[in-house]
Amino acid sequence: MEEQQSLETLKDIKRMMERSSRFISLSGLSGISAGVFALLGAWISWPYVYGFKNLFIHPGVPLYNNGNASYSAIFNTWLFWIAAATFVASLISAFIFTSIKSKRQGIPIWGLSAKRLMVQVAIPIVAGGIFLLRLIHFETFGLIAPGCLIFYGLALVNASKYTLDEIKWLGYCELLLGIINLWFVGDGLYFLAIGFGILHIVYGSFMWWKYERNTVGNDDLKS
Amino acid sequence: MLNPINNLNKLFDSRVRLGILSALMVNDSVNFNELKELLEITDGNLASHMKALEENKVIKVEKGFIGRKTNTTYKITKTGEKMFKAHIDALEKMIQSTK
Repeated sequence: MEEQQSLETLKDIKRMMERSSRFISLSGLSGISAGVFALLGAWISWPYVYGFKNLFIHPGVPLYNNGNASYSAIFNTWLFWIAAATFVASLISAFIFTSIKSKRQGIPIWGLSAKRLMVQVAIPIVAGGIFLLRLIHFETFGLIAPGCLIFYGLALVNASKYTLDEIKWLGYCELLLGIINLWFVGDGLYFLAIGFGILHIVYGSFMWWKYERNTVGNDDLKS
Repeated sequence: MLNPINNLNKLFDSRVRLGILSALMVNDSVNFNELKELLEITDGNLASHMKALEENKVIKVEKGFIGRKTNTTYKITKTGEKMFKAHIDALEKMIQSTK
């Protein structure tokens, strides 16, 4: 009986340590939905990337300025707006599923652990974003997809200390994929589709299966 | 043989206090509101536990300001860490001894 009580207390302590230091409400469904939007984005982008449709929204505007591609030219491409829409849609859907889960767990979505997670993810992402802008400036377009995957992978590995630990495996896979992509620079779109689409769906399904399957009716995914 | 119950610290004989200590063990510092959210208890209840822990030198208190609002943050002391670890060891021993 005392033994049972001690065991309960230890479990309590462990739970409180996790709850106060990690953001554990990240939903697997967030991963799945982000992956679906990524695949959709890749599918829409495909004809623009491989020259079947004109990449530029206003074809007459000059691309070059003093010999280098100008930043404003980025906004003149369909690709930029497809990428931006994909990113926003993924983010919003991920946020919705995660806030549903956090409500069910009774954990504030904007608590201490969530803030810390955001900061830790933002550091590699912001650094990577600036790096990629410079790559575009120097017209090294082939390195953009590997760059996205590598910096995103680093962000996830970094994030794993502040949320469910398994996310580091997704991070390692993104890193590996990004590095392989460095030797296949023309195929960036396929690598992006695998990294942001398929890997997210696989990871999201696994996490949902492991942590959330029992908390909601099993009909959720079937319907 | 020493009875492991002797090593259980009376000071930690409450779920709230164990919760406070657990949070402070894994975070550099935690402020009053964050603790309140985490433990889901009232201001008065939390304050009285914090006072008891502070008086026993288990935690230290730092009062500061964010803008005009007071911001009270808590840290665990070296003694507090030792006491908490000893308490967990004692709990573990209790489980093992009955096996």
